Order: sequence, then structure tokens, then C-alpha cells
Amino acid sequence: MKKKAILIGVATVLLFALCFAFLQMLLMPKYMSAPYLEGAMIQEYYDNAGGNDVVFIGDCEVYENFSPITLWEEYGIPSYIRGSAQQYIWQSYYLLEETLRYETPKVVVFNVLSMKYDATQSEPYNRMLLDGMKWSPTKVQAVRACIEASERAGVHETFLSYVFPLLRFHSRWSDLGSDDVEYLFSRRTVTHNGYLMRVDVNPVEYIPTPDYLAPEDAQLPAICYDYLDRMTKLCQDNGIELVLIKAPSVLPFWYDVWDAQMEEYAAQHGLAYYNFLDEEHLTASGIDYSTDTYDGGLHLNLSGAEKMSVYFGKILQERFDLPDRRGDAALAAKWQEKADAYYAMEADQRREIEEYGYPVSYALPPES
Amino acid sequence: MSFISFSFLAFFAVLFCLYYVIPRRFQWMLLLLGSYVFYLFGGVQYIGYILVTTLSTYLLARRLGTLHASQDAYLAAHKKELDREAKKAYKAGVKRRMWKWLLLGLFLNFGILAVIKYLDFGIQNLNAILGLFGAGQLGLFRFALPLGISFYTFQSMGYLIDVYRGKTQAEKNLGKFALFVSFFPQILQGPISRFDQLAPTLFAEHAFDSRNVSFGLQRMLWGFFKKVVIADRVAVAVQAIVTTRTDAGDPAYTGLFVLLGLVLYAIQIYGDFTGGIDITIGMAQMLGVKLPENFERPYFSKSIAEYWRRWHMTLGEWFKDYLFYPLSICRPMMKLANFSRRKFGDKIGKRVTVYISTLAVWFTTGLWHGAAWNFVVWGLLNGVIILISYELEPLYRRFHAKFHVEKHFAYRLFQVGRTFLLMGALRMLDVYHDVGLTFRMLGSIFTAPNFAALGDAALLEGLGLTAGDVAVVALGVVVMLAVSLAGRRGSVRVRLAARPFVLRYCLFFLLTLVILVFGAYGIGYNASDFIYSVF
Amino acid sequence: METLLSILRDLHPDVDFETCTTLIDDKILDSFDIITIISEIDSEFDVAIPADEIIPENFNSAKALYALIERLEDE
Repeated sequence: MKKKAILIGVATVLLFALCFAFLQMLLMPKYMSAPYLEGAMIQEYYDNAGGNDVVFIGDCEVYENFSPITLWEEYGIPSYIRGSAQQYIWQSYYLLEETLRYETPKVVVFNVLSMKYDATQSEPYNRMLLDGMKWSPTKVQAVRACIEASERAGVHETFLSYVFPLLRFHSRWSDLGSDDVEYLFSRRTVTHNGYLMRVDVNPVEYIPTPDYLAPEDAQLPAICYDYLDRMTKLCQDNGIELVLIKAPSVLPFWYDVWDAQMEEYAAQHGLAYYNFLDEEHLTASGIDYSTDTYDGGLHLNLSGAEKMSVYFGKILQERFDLPDRRGDAALAAKWQEKADAYYAMEADQRREIEEYGYPVSYALPPES
Repeated sequence: MSFISFSFLAFFAVLFCLYYVIPRRFQWMLLLLGSYVFYLFGGVQYIGYILVTTLSTYLLARRLGTLHASQDAYLAAHKKELDREAKKAYKAGVKRRMWKWLLLGLFLNFGILAVIKYLDFGIQNLNAILGLFGAGQLGLFRFALPLGISFYTFQSMGYLIDVYRGKTQAEKNLGKFALFVSFFPQILQGPISRFDQLAPTLFAEHAFDSRNVSFGLQRMLWGFFKKVVIADRVAVAVQAIVTTRTDAGDPAYTGLFVLLGLVLYAIQIYGDFTGGIDITIGMAQMLGVKLPENFERPYFSKSIAEYWRRWHMTLGEWFKDYLFYPLSICRPMMKLANFSRRKFGDKIGKRVTVYISTLAVWFTTGLWHGAAWNFVVWGLLNGVIILISYELEPLYRRFHAKFHVEKHFAYRLFQVGRTFLLMGALRMLDVYHDVGLTFRMLGSIFTAPNFAALGDAALLEGLGLTAGDVAVVALGVVVMLAVSLAGRRGSVRVRLAARPFVLRYCLFFLLTLVILVFGAYGIGYNASDFIYSVF
Repeated sequence: METLLSILRDLHPDVDFETCTTLIDDKILDSFDIITIISEIDSEFDVAIPADEIIPENFNSAKALYALIERLEDE
């Protein structure tokens, strides 16, 4: 009798766990179709971990503005972009920490836009990043840091909802679609080593004038400096060159006072800092805002990203003496495969633009 | 710590496991410890109030108990020599002494409640009057309301009165008494228990009983379903109907929407309150403790008086036993009744006590629910309606004698519907929190029903319910109704227990998953939030 | 006893009070009836029924009620 009760108990727990896991897989967003692709990026890293000489970390200003395929084709630099939507600096720090569990790149490039945010701006972006991470002590800390950052913004999140994302996504039942069935057990790759491709063109109509910057916002927040310090130290300890950049996105506006603070920080810590919004870089890279952006200057399109990569790749190679690995046949074959997918997607987007006026499978319709 | 939180579930799971592992004679101590941990989680600053009530009630009850005992001893010892008159005089003397101690306890504890909960309300009203004369205004105290103070004060005072009446022995063990006052499943929302009923089950040693545990768990699940899946989902729409304003500042939802709000709020409060009590009683049952029922299918009531015998029953009983009866039959009231009988005749004399006591009880019931005029008006209206139907009873009786419709299903359905709508209308006072506004909105159902507005896409969207939500609520209500109807023929769980194991198993498995998926908890999912956009 | 029965019949002419023993359990008497009865007893018998005697056992039948009156008269 007792044996039977225990058996039933164990079976119940197992069955419950199974049902729970299934529901969780079913109800979690799959991020496999536009315009939700950003949520799929973080988990794609694990298949491409290892052997990258350069790793980019940061927000859309890295994953939209640099193309690892170009870096490979031009300079033989294997690279990966660990980018995610509106990545905050504490997230960047833990992503870097996690990356170091898999590999030790020669150079880490960090985009400094997120220095301006001291708290979570949007809870869903936390989910899009953290739910894609594999569990590790680093993720535990990352989740804690994100929950604290949300708390600072007055949004209450629970650790438990990261352990069991079903608790966060249970009400998605009314939003289930064909993707949820199609990608229930397997995923497709949406980025090219972290680069999210957009081919369409939507020029910068005008260079925005900066909004008034409140005096209390002039100083970049202390908490961001803490994480920047930790990032600097982590790179130092691992013999990695940390490069700070500000990508050439005209919005959100990057103020001169912030730029000065980053200049100062870089000088103090012996880091390289490039503000690609500077005229000299824009001219040298050949970025043309009338052809190289897909959303009026927020993000570069493929043409812009390739130009940036050609330009920045040269800087990296010269300054840090990165080896050209195209001679490695196995590696070259792997990258050829990546390049094929890359050009296939480019062709597909061009075809869709031709056919529908915009890349329907990759973007929302342009606002009239 | 709300029942609907993972931290509470974890707390209960740990307590539950410990409860059946430790030696049984320590079980009540664990419950006491757990209750205080639970209470402290709600706020350390409140602990003083419950300690004062616990300690004062304990000591005064002991005092009353001693007086009872010494009276019994004295009467037994002097049985022979005392005649009837002497006995009576002695008893009266003791009673007077006891009465003083009782009054002390009542004044102290209801005094605390009055100051904490009602002082500011009094001051606000005073300020309103002072304002009429252009006089200065008094500052408010803004006391934080200790958790469950209305419930534990009533439960403690009920005990003190019972001891005074000799109905209950005074508890000698302070720890046990403290547990009676603070028992965590019931402290936040009742049921209000009687000591003589609760004590034997609360302090007893409980062996692990799989039937109790599974029945308790089932009841908790059912409570969670009602609360999380239905009540919390509907609450959004009720709030929208009540609080949305047009640009001009007028209520956006009027006419038939108010009727919709009334029905939805009836669903919400039913799910919330009966669901909460299901969780409470189920939880206690898992610990082997039997708590009194608080509801008996209230929405099937055919009159308001009946409704109040079936809704929040323990509160109703409390008021009946400790306020209505004592007030109705106290000496001055009897004298008043006799006086009016002589002066105005039998008919009026008979009614005086009924009227005064009823209105007094309902005034207090209103205040008990909240320190605001809308609650007072709500309470008094309940009383008035009960009195009106009391007056109409002879009329009804003649009507029934003539037409014989009372056994007819359609007529009973009409009675049930009438009671439901009437109670729902009164309850709107509790949602609008404004007496004038409530009546204006209820009036608009008749004066400006505005059928066309029901098709207004913007208004419907403003309710905050998707088509899926509506389906879940509708289905949920059907299930609640079915279970309620099935409950008329005895316990649903007992009958389920007789069904094949696999069926039961699947049913409760399904219920758990339904709560997990369809519960309206956590940060809601809004797809567009997951579209990345910088602006 | 006859006085008591007539008080009761006044309230509910249709109930057979001599035999019914479930006046409270079957909800034949409600709280209004009970206080009316107590008040009538007070004036007819000059017996005050205290609140703590208002329990179902004392009010379920006319017989029990009469026994209560006699007991209280005795005390």
C-alpha cells in the first residue's frame, strides 16, 4: 500500500514536471519571425562559441552596425556579436563574463550608449536577453542584477519567473500562433554571428538637434561606471583588449558631455575609444546617411554595416595585430557556409523589397 | 504575505511538512510559531496591537473564569443554607463584578479598533461640520491598519463574551489562546471562529490523514481557481467601468455598462471572497483543523435576509449573537417595547425592538466593512430592505395563498434573480466609494440605458478584457455554477472520492494546470512590448 | 403552556407548534420571531430570557421553550 502511494507520488511529480515543461516550451515566445527576432539572438551564441578573436557586446548599435561576415571576408577575423535589444551595461558585463566561460577573445568591443541607463527601461528586454541565456552562476547574478535594475524603475520581477518562465508567459495562451508549433522543439538561426541583417533603405531626413539635457543627466550614472570598471578589470585579468566605441547612430543622441566622460575614462584606463559619429570617422568609413540606414539613422542597414566593418576591421587589425585566419581550411569552410547563408538572406530581402516594397519577412511595414 | 504568492506557498509547504514530522504534542506550537512568522511578514510594526488584544483578552477571560469557578464553589458549599432569594442575590452580585471585567475588555479592544480604524473617519466628519462654520480643521492620524484587526478583535471579543456567559471555559494556556487569536489561515479574512468550536480541533494532535490532506488540497485548488482565474481577471473590467472618466471628467461607463459592472463585480467578489475562504478552510483541513463554513451558495438566496444567512455567515452569526440578541432583549429595550405597546398599541410595540436592533446591527455591519459613508449607507440600506420585506411578508403570504406560485421553478428563479440584482446594486456603493455617484450610475441604467454604447469598440476595448478573457470568465462561471448546483446534494469532494481514481487524478491535474496557465497573475503578456523599438 | 402556544401561533398560524421539534433547524423561526417571542414572554410570564439562552436547543420546540421558562422562573 505504502509502496503504491510512493509510486503514485513520484509519477505525479514526474507527470507534472513533464506537463509543465511542455506548457512552458509552448507558451514561451519563439522570436522566430519579424518583428520579434531580437529575442532569439542571445541563445544563438552557444552554437558559435569558441575561436572568436573579436567579440562585440552591446545593444542594437553593435548588432545592427557591424557584420562579422565582412570582418572575416576582408580581414580573416573570426568574430561574434553578443548583442540584444537595449542591452544595459550590467547585462553586457554578465554576457562578457559568460562569454569568457566559453572562450577568451583577443579583443572585446563595447558600445557605450548604454552608459546612459541606470535602470531597466523595459522589462520585456530583460526577458529577451535572460531567457536566452543558459543557466550558470553568471546567469544567476545577471538575473539578480536585472531584477534590481527593474526595481529601480519601479517594476517588480521575481527570480522564480526566470527559473520557470511559464510564470511570466502563461497568459500568452491567447497569442499562440503557427511559430509556436513550428519552433516548439527546434530553432532556426536568425542572425549572422549575432548580426541582424536589414537591407532596406530609409535615409536620415535631417540630423536631429539634441533635446535639452537636464543637468542631473549630464554625469553618466555611477552604477554604470561600476560595471564599466568591472568590465575593464575582467578584460585586464584575462589579457583581453577592451575597445570602447560609440556606433554611428544619430539617435538616441550622444551628447558631447558624455563623449568627454568616455574619452576621459578611456585615457585613464589606457583603453581605445572611438566615437564613430566623429566627422573624421564618418568621412573615412564612407557612411552615407542617405543610403546606409534603414530607419532614419537609428541603425545602419547592410550597406552601412559592411562599410563600418571594413573600416573598423582595419583599425582592429592594425592596432591589435589580429591574425588573418583565412588560411585555416577548416575554419574557412565553416565561414563559407555562414557567408552563403548571409548572401542568401540578402538576396531574399532584396527580392522581397522588389516585390512588396519592403522586406516583409524581416520588418514591420514602414510607417507610411 | 498574500495567499496568492509563491513565497506564501513555500511557507505553507515547509510548515506542512514540519507539522507531520514533529512530535504531535508540538503541533499547535508550530502553528503558533507559523502564525506569528506569517503575521510578522505582514509588518513588524503591527505586532503590538495583536499582542495587546491577546494578552488583555486572555487575562480578563481568566479573571471571569475564576469568578465563575468561585461562584460555583460557593453555591455548592452553601447549598443547604441558602434559599432561592439568597442564591439569586449572590449570583447577581457575581454577575455585576463579571460585567465590569467584561466591559473593561470590550472597551479596551473595541477602543483600539475604534481609534485605529474609525478615528480619522470621525475627524473627517467633524471637519466637514467645522468647515460649515468656517472653523479650523483638525489633523488626521492616518494610522496604519494592523492586518486582520477587525477579524481577530471580533473573534477575541466573541470568546470573552462566551466566557462571561459561561458558555466557554477560559483557556489556561496563553500560547494556545494566542494561537486561537492569530491562526494564520483565517486571520486576514476570517472565518470568525468560536472558541468552543475551534479549540478542540486547533489544539488537538493530528495524525497525517490522507483524506484530509487531499480534500484540503482540492479545496485550496478550487479556491485558487475562483480567485486567480476568475475574480482577478474580472477585476480589471470592474475597475475600468468604475474609474474610467471621459475628458470632461464624467464616468465613461454608464447605463447598461453599470449593470454589466454590477454583474461582473458580483462575480469578482464571489470568486475572491469564497475562493479566499476555500483556500483558508482547505489549508486548515490539510493541517487537520476544521474551520467553520462561511458561505452556503449565497447567490441562490431568495431574499436579502436569506442571503445574509448564507454569505459571510460567521460575521452574521457574530452580529446576531453578540449584538442583535443582547440589544433586542436588554432591559431598556424591553421597557421601551412595553411602553410603546401601551402607548401605540400591539402592532407598533412589537416592531420597536425589531426596528431599532436591525438598524443598529446594520449600521455596525456597514462600519465594520469600512470607515466611510458609502459602507454605512450600504449597511443601513440592507437593514431597510430587510425591514421592508418583513413588513411585506403578510402580503406575500396572501399572494402565495392565492396563486400558489412559490413552488414554481420560474417564480423561484425570479426571486433568486431579484435578490442577486438587489444585492449587486447595493454592492456598487462599495465599488464607487461615493454614495451620490453610485445612485446616479444605478439610475442611469433605467434613465439612459444606451444600448448602442454596448457596441462601441473603444468602450469595449477599454474594459481590458480580450475575447479569450471573456471566454475564460464565461466558462469559469459555468463551472462555478455547476459545482455550486452539484453541492446542493452534498459534498462534491465526497462524491468525487467515490469516482475512479484516474478520473479524479486527471481532474485535479487539469485544474492545477488551468490555474497555472489561465490565472491572471504576474506581469501580463503584451506581444507588442516584445517588439524592439528605441522610441 | 397554552399562553405560549398562542404567542407562537400568532407569529406563524400555519405551523403546528405542539408537535414540531425543528423550529430553528428548519428555519421556521427567524431572529425577528425569536426576539418577538422573548419580548412576549417577558410581558406575559415576567421572565427575562438572557441572550446566552438563545440557542437552538431552547427554541426548537414549544416544549423546550416552556421548559426554559419554567427553569428561569425557578432560578
